[in-house]
Amino acid sequence: MNGTSASAAVAAREDALDTLPKLLISNASKYANRPAIRHKDFGIWQTWSWSRLHEEVRALSIGLRKLDLKRGDTVAIIGDNRPRLYATFAAVQCLGGIPVPVYQDSVADEMAYVLEHAEASIAVVEDQEQVDKVVSMADRLPHLKKIIYDDPRGLKDYQGSNLHAFTDVQKLGRDELRGNPGADGWWQDEIAKGKGSDVSVVLYTSGTTGRPKGVMLTHTNIVVSARNGNRFDNFGPDDTLLAYLPMAWVGDHLFSYGQAYAAGMCVCCPESPETVVEDRREVGPTYFFAPPRVFENLLTQIMVRMQDAGWVKRKMFDYFLAVAQRCGENILNGKPVALADRLRYRLGDLLIYAPLRNRMGLSRTRVAYTAGEAIGPELFRFYRALGINLKQLYGQTEASVYITLQPDGEVYSDSVGKPGLDVEIRIADSGEVLFRSPGVFLKYFKNDEATRAAKSPDGWVHTGDAGFFDQRGHLKIIDRAKDVGRLNSGALFAPKYLENRIKFYPEVREAVAFGQGHDYPTMLINIDPISVGYWAERNNIAYGSYQELAAHPKVYEMVRQRVDEMNKALAQEPQMAASQIRRFLILHKELDADDGELTRTQKVRRPFINERYAALIAALYDGSAACHVATEMTFEDGRKGVVEGDIRIVDMPVYPAPSEPLREAAE
Amino acid sequence: MKADVEPRPVVAGDAALAPGEVLLSVEHVSLSFGGIRALRDVSFDIRKGEIRAIIGPNGAGKTSMLNVINGFYHPQDGIITFKGRRRHNMRPYLAASQGIARTFQNVALFKGMSTLDNIMTGRTLKMRRGILAHMLHWGPAQREEIRHREAVEHIIDFLEIAHIRKVPVGKLPYGLQKRVELGRALAMEPELLLLDEPMAGMNLEEKQDMSRFILTVKDTFDTTIALIEHDMGVVMDLSDRVVVLDYGRKIADGTPAAVQGDQAVIDAYLGVAH
Repeated sequence: MNGTSASAAVAAREDALDTLPKLLISNASKYANRPAIRHKDFGIWQTWSWSRLHEEVRALSIGLRKLDLKRGDTVAIIGDNRPRLYATFAAVQCLGGIPVPVYQDSVADEMAYVLEHAEASIAVVEDQEQVDKVVSMADRLPHLKKIIYDDPRGLKDYQGSNLHAFTDVQKLGRDELRGNPGADGWWQDEIAKGKGSDVSVVLYTSGTTGRPKGVMLTHTNIVVSARNGNRFDNFGPDDTLLAYLPMAWVGDHLFSYGQAYAAGMCVCCPESPETVVEDRREVGPTYFFAPPRVFENLLTQIMVRMQDAGWVKRKMFDYFLAVAQRCGENILNGKPVALADRLRYRLGDLLIYAPLRNRMGLSRTRVAYTAGEAIGPELFRFYRALGINLKQLYGQTEASVYITLQPDGEVYSDSVGKPGLDVEIRIADSGEVLFRSPGVFLKYFKNDEATRAAKSPDGWVHTGDAGFFDQRGHLKIIDRAKDVGRLNSGALFAPKYLENRIKFYPEVREAVAFGQGHDYPTMLINIDPISVGYWAERNNIAYGSYQELAAHPKVYEMVRQRVDEMNKALAQEPQMAASQIRRFLILHKELDADDGELTRTQKVRRPFINERYAALIAALYDGSAACHVATEMTFEDGRKGVVEGDIRIVDMPVYPAPSEPLREAAE
Repeated sequence: MKADVEPRPVVAGDAALAPGEVLLSVEHVSLSFGGIRALRDVSFDIRKGEIRAIIGPNGAGKTSMLNVINGFYHPQDGIITFKGRRRHNMRPYLAASQGIARTFQNVALFKGMSTLDNIMTGRTLKMRRGILAHMLHWGPAQREEIRHREAVEHIIDFLEIAHIRKVPVGKLPYGLQKRVELGRALAMEPELLLLDEPMAGMNLEEKQDMSRFILTVKDTFDTTIALIEHDMGVVMDLSDRVVVLDYGRKIADGTPAAVQGDQAVIDAYLGVAH
């Protein structure tokens, strides 16, 4: 058989398996006794093989039919990651129903909105807590007819004909299968009726503004995106992952359901949300996804524990960590490394890195992804230096996750990678990132207006994020598109991008960039009193107050170097070269939520700062070398006072942009 | 997937009591240490299936009372009847084998042992095989351990302490240690559970959790509970009947509402000259 006909055969087989239930049937015969899903229950990992999963899904599915679930009905799924809830996805889809996973910890009002908007006729929930929640909002949910619960604890005394135990529904199905010889055939026919273009799931995005929107994804969206994701990182039936992120989140839906079905992977459900770390160690997932804060917490835990370790261990840890920082990433990326370093790294792996990876439950991890927000370069490098293949991806619900991913060997902390398989990306004139892919969502549920705003008729979707391609062909996301402005020269100006970059330096706590409607960018900087204070202590620099420390010439010099480093790096990026900071100053007081300068979630309130520090901003642009300010501030105990002083403004040299021409656009 | 804990074996000759019947009665009990009279002529009963609170100001004799029921102290006077049988020469291990479990005011766990092992010790009385067999860990002894481990896992699941299963209890925060101690008492599958200040030193959330556990224990494990508690809110919400002690005397006995309005109780708590 030659190559083309082989791949044509694969393509034909894939075309035939165009829905998730069809994948399940195929997996049940292909991987019959291989593990499909595991769950730790009463301290022991219990396994469902693919054929067992098939049987469980069939029983539930026919049971749901008995409860009158019809094609096109929506079924809400609420709870932690549980095998039975994952089985519910497939069981509902077998009948042409549409599962709607809901964030289980959302407040009652938000949950009620989603259930009401989705017109869910059945809610499948984890336990008593969720039953109580759904029952309490029942009068707002005219469509809801049945509640099915997985864990019966505490529900013994609950009455009501609309409340069913999961096992009872399955029993309905099993009785039917026993009593009616045609039931299985009928069920298979129902699955065969499903098409790739059918809606497979509705995922509600937790919008930061306004009500959540229900993103409708088809079977093709999920199946093709899952296959592409698997192909990108070579996932197969030997891979294992831990399902611990909310089931309502598109990432979990695609990884733990879509990709698991497409590749025959084994999905492990933790015993409880509190045991995830231990469970991860026991399972040893080969694929691991976590938002940056999880990696941050892991690192903090390790560092704290190392503080308590004996001095021999500590010395070894410090030494080999330095080795890893020097050459670990190059080794992982397959770049040339000196033999001596290679040997040292080998030894370090034996003594430090492997035990550390084991502690984190990442010993077998082949691919780890992070996404959601910017990850600090130090943090990112730490994991990669230890030999963990941590990568970044960029995606959203409307794309069935994947927009860009970092390919092995091309991993940079400051980019989100290259377009995924079959993904086209275009940068609009406004700087906004647009994409088109097989994962592009069908539409928003009952919200055509929002659909029209987000998706053009020819399939391009607005991400709402501004970004650009760097010289390596990697996408960089700089800010929300609506926050991106222009300098007077017409060059792009993304304040958040500049602020985040400077904030990655430990000396900088907060920063505010200006430039919109000006000739060049400038910056107000807040130093980090802890890190700079520690530095001052070690260097015998005496200071009496934050203001004094902030104005110290040596502190200014240190920050100047950081800004200079950033400018140098910005100059390397043609689209960002114009954003080099020309002038900056260090603010005499910390930006504080009590003074209204930050929101309670520690985000900068730009308009307020523009007004309050108008004099400073004017000074940044009038060329003066210093500016006198008097600012009212609120102390911790609520008293108010005034801080006053002269603030020095520093001019920065600007580096020329590289002369080579812009690389061709990436599309 | 989740079966309830195996039914409690009924000891031959024990008639199962119906809810509301007297499980334990204390009649005219007095206890003194040298010249100090800790309990003076105290009488009350605990009925099957209720939550019975014992309250009173500091030094009222609450813990002494619990220790008497538990068989740790021997009253100089008075009669104690448990399940219709009058008790003589009681010892704590006898009380335990008859189905009385307790927790302590100051957590009394094996600090160096894991949560799992601590709760496992609560099964000791139910172990049938000898030390040697268990050391060999083979055949019947192994099967027995697996059976007990299963019962313990149900308790761990019930008390939501799976995440600390293997953590030495000495490293746990106080609130969790209390929960582990409750777990160990539950592992005995007691008929009467004595709780000595189960919520002492807990924050509000921990108290709410503990209250929920106590109520569920009563309902699902069919356990009668006697508890000492200082938090009046907890006592009033949880208990079916309250007995109030002051200076070793019983000064009131009744429903929480009745006790709350009792003048003698108010005086005892606010401090009236004696």
